[in-house]
This record gives sequence, C-alpha cells and structure tokens, in this order.
Amino acid sequence: MFWDDKTECMTKEEKEELQLKRLQETVKIAYENVEFYKKRFDEIGLKPEDIKTLKDIEKIPFTTKSDLREAYPLGLLAVPRDEIVEIHASSGTTGKPTVTGYTQNDLDVWGECIARGLKMAGAEKDYIIQNAYGYGLFTGGFGIHHGGNMMGAITIPISAGNTQRQLDTMVDFQSDILTCTPSYAMYLGESREKAGIPLEDINLKAGIHGAEMWTDEMRKRIETSLGIKTYNIYGLTEVMGPGVAQECSEQNGMHIQDDHFYPEIINSDTGETLDYGEKGELVLTSLTKTGMPILRFRTKDLTSLIADKCECGRTTVRMTRITGRSDDMLKIKGVMVFPSQIEKALLKIEGISPNYLIHVTRPDILDEVEVKVEASKELFSDEIKEMEKVEKQIQASIRSETGLRVDVTLCEPETLPRSEGKAVRVIDERNL
Amino acid sequence: MAVQISVFIENKEGRIKKAIDTLAKADVNIRALSVGDTTKYGILRLIVSNNEKAIKALEDDGFIVKESEVIVVSVPDKPNGLNTTLAILDDADINLEYIYAFVSSQPEEAIVAIKVENTEKAIEVFEANNAKILTEEELEKI
Repeated sequence: MFWDDKTECMTKEEKEELQLKRLQETVKIAYENVEFYKKRFDEIGLKPEDIKTLKDIEKIPFTTKSDLREAYPLGLLAVPRDEIVEIHASSGTTGKPTVTGYTQNDLDVWGECIARGLKMAGAEKDYIIQNAYGYGLFTGGFGIHHGGNMMGAITIPISAGNTQRQLDTMVDFQSDILTCTPSYAMYLGESREKAGIPLEDINLKAGIHGAEMWTDEMRKRIETSLGIKTYNIYGLTEVMGPGVAQECSEQNGMHIQDDHFYPEIINSDTGETLDYGEKGELVLTSLTKTGMPILRFRTKDLTSLIADKCECGRTTVRMTRITGRSDDMLKIKGVMVFPSQIEKALLKIEGISPNYLIHVTRPDILDEVEVKVEASKELFSDEIKEMEKVEKQIQASIRSETGLRVDVTLCEPETLPRSEGKAVRVIDERNL
Repeated sequence: MAVQISVFIENKEGRIKKAIDTLAKADVNIRALSVGDTTKYGILRLIVSNNEKAIKALEDDGFIVKESEVIVVSVPDKPNGLNTTLAILDDADINLEYIYAFVSSQPEEAIVAIKVENTEKAIEVFEANNAKILTEEELEKI
C-alpha cells in the first residue's frame, strides 16, 4: 500500500534532517545559477550559508506568480538548456502564462510523486489508468502519465473530452482508475447515467481528481455516479504540477510529498509564518528540483497544515482541502465570498447540477450578483409559480451559506461552461 | 384529458424557434400551444400529435421536457361560452393555473386546455355540470 514506505513513513527527525540538507543544496543552486534569486538575496544581504536551520527559510524573500511572468519564458532556469527535456505552462487565464522547464531528474521526481499517489488510490502494476486530464502544456495529462509510467501501470492517454469515447473506454477496457478534473468526473458520471450504462458494466475503483476546487458534496456525487472512491490531488505548474500532495484512503487531508516540497502557511496580508492548524496561504519551496528550483512560492491557495501522523501510517505533513484562493475571493457588498460556498449551497438542493456561473456587476453604486444555474428535469415544472419556488429555495440556500442576497437565473442544461481543464465560475464586471 | 408537454425555454434569442424547429424535423404536429413567460425564462406548453416522438427529439436537442395532465374542454363558440365553463370551476372553488385555446375546425365549438390545482375534482364538477370533456381519441380528430 506504500510506494516508498521508507520515505513516506520517516520519523520527524529524519525528515527534518533530509529537508534541511536538501533546502541548503537548493538555495545554493538557485543563488549560484539564477540571476533573479541572486539579486533578491543580495538586496537584503542574505547568503546561502545563512540558512542553518529549517526555520531560517523565513529569511528568504517570497517568489510570486508575477516574478515568474517577468521571467517569461525561461528566465529562471538553473541549468543550461541542453539539460531541459520538457516544458509546461499554466493556462495564462489571468495574464501571461508561467512556464516551467523540467530536467530528466525533475520528471523522475514528478513520476515518483504521482506513483505514490496512485498507490494511495490502490493502484497496482496491472491497473488500467484512464487519464482524462488534458494532454498539452497543462500539467495534468503528462504529470499523471509520467507517474503511470514510473509505476509500470497501464496508462490510457485518452486526454479530456469526447465523452462517448470515455464511456466506451471505461466499459471496453474495464479501466480501474479515472484521472481528470472533478467537474469532468461529475460530467462523466452524469453522462453514464444518461446513457443508461449500469454501474456493473464499468470497473472503476478510484478517481484521482484535482486542478480545480471541489466540495464534499461534489465528491459524494462523483462517488455515487461512478461507483468509486475519490482522491483529491493538488499541485501547480509553477512548482511542478499535480502530485505535490494527494489524499490517501482516509480522505482526511492531502499528504504533501514533503521530502520534495517544503510547505509553510503564511498570513497573506502580513507574510508572517503561521503554525500548524492555522489557516492561511500555502507557500512551497522545491527541495529536489534541478531545472527550475523555486523558493517560497506564494500559491495563493488557502489551506492549513496537519502535522500528526495519518491513520494510514504515513508521516508526511498533510494539507486540508483548499477552501479558496486569496485571489478568487470575491468581496461583494463588503462580504467575503468564495465560489466554493456558492457551490456548497447549490449542492444542498435536490436535483441541481453544480454547474454555475457567478456574475458580479455594479450598475450604479451597489454590487449585484446573479448566479446562473442549470435547470434540470427534476427542477422543471409547467407552472411558473413552482419555478419561482425553486429559485427562492436556491436563493435562500445561498443566503444562508454566504449571507448574500443574490439573483438566481435558471438556464438550459449544458449551456454553462463545463470544463475539461479549469472551469470558469466567476465573471466580475465591476471596475474596482 | 390530455397529456401536455412543457419545455423550458431560456430567455435567449431564437430558443422558441429552435424548439418548434426540432418538432418540425421530427414530423410532430402541434395542436395547441401557449407560452408562460417571466423576464428570465419561458415555459412552452404544447399539445402535440405524438408525445413520445416529440420528447425524444427535444431531449436529444438538449431541452428539458416534462409531461403533465391538462383537462381539454369543449365550450360553445359564442359570447359567454368560456365564462359559463369557468364559472363551474369558480363555484367549486377550484383555482385555475392557466388556460389556452386550440384551433378548432368546428364552427360552433371552441376547445380549451385547462390546468387547475385539483384535476380530479375539476373533472368531477365538469361532468356534474354536463361540460364536454374531450377524450384522447376525440382530441386526435380535431
């Protein structure tokens, strides 16, 4: 049940010793080979030798997404180009994409991290992995693929989309594990039901889902509609890709591969480091990357860390489910709202599909929010007063979850963005 | 009695046309229709020649469709004709949800589809007052 029990179940002392050694090496490599880091260190008079304990990491300045953008495309490489073997990039939805270059060593580490996660989800060498993450610059497809190869499992590089083919593949190949975004998993589950394929005809046991936020309500729906147990996976292009952390069968926090990535939680306003259990922004430092080491990267993802040993036996630090991003938090009428809260409110209503779009405008001086939700057969009625009741019920649910009064609009099924990559959930048209 | 189909219509250009188009392609004839609308969406209610065919075609095109029962009544095509029929419901305290008319080929007869809160009770009072409720077979002859 472990891919590498020696590392995954290390004692705290062994782990910290390993982390410090690797941190010191990484800092040295970054300082000596990357102009950006040298300049940052020199500005505050910091030398690689000043990192004597793990706590000293707090002396290192943060790296942000905009730093990576400024270095676009490959300004942060620590090795000559001939050592780079693969490149991935973020989707660039919020600006220029951020690019990561990988050496063969980096790909091996990536594969190793994914293989650990596949094992957590119960995979064996003869398992068929239906990899429905998009293949391309996006890290999802290739990341899982490298892990499948590392494990020696059978990876079907089906990529995202072509739902009929996905269902056929599940039935014909009897795939064991499905890997894709949670919204696509849900869509596949819905499609299976719609196509009338009985659960007995598919052999899926587990789903590994990530790359976008999802709630427990969504998890329940995926698990029921595909007859699987689901495992939340976390990662980001800037640091590596999926596999930085993943849940085990306890489904109680994601195990961070902390021999490769050193996690910290900070207060996103002050930058001050917070303790285990406190909620704040996740900051990650790579400990073994050679192509593009990254120091104290601000992920903008809000979570907290769990230090206790997990029931599964692993001692790696865990992170709780991401509850929001410090930059997708909306402030509406002065109230803090995360799209995940809206999703949670919607999923409490029977018959609703959690495909939604939050549209924020400010026609005059007050914010207005419209939440578009797909209608379904269960919600639909031939009488307008019944439909109004449904809208009121959705409104009330959102209100009790967020404290906000929103306008609810029902729209036709399958007209809202449903994502094979990352779903767009918020359109904010206010000029703030 | 008739089984009506209702279609959810998003408030977007061309959606009613699209639904009608779908029915035409499926070779389904529309006997009566009405649209209930709000500022955000509409409900297209139809009585058609073949429910099964209509529902399949509409659902295949991504529409949400629902069947529900309405009472189809024949009323005299003259002043006070409809009023007399509705008075029967009124006297029995039955709430009318909506009503719409068929195109009738008979010069003396108008036909309306009625949705009420309590269908069973409405049929009872209509029968007691000798109102003519059309059967499915009679409907097909219109």
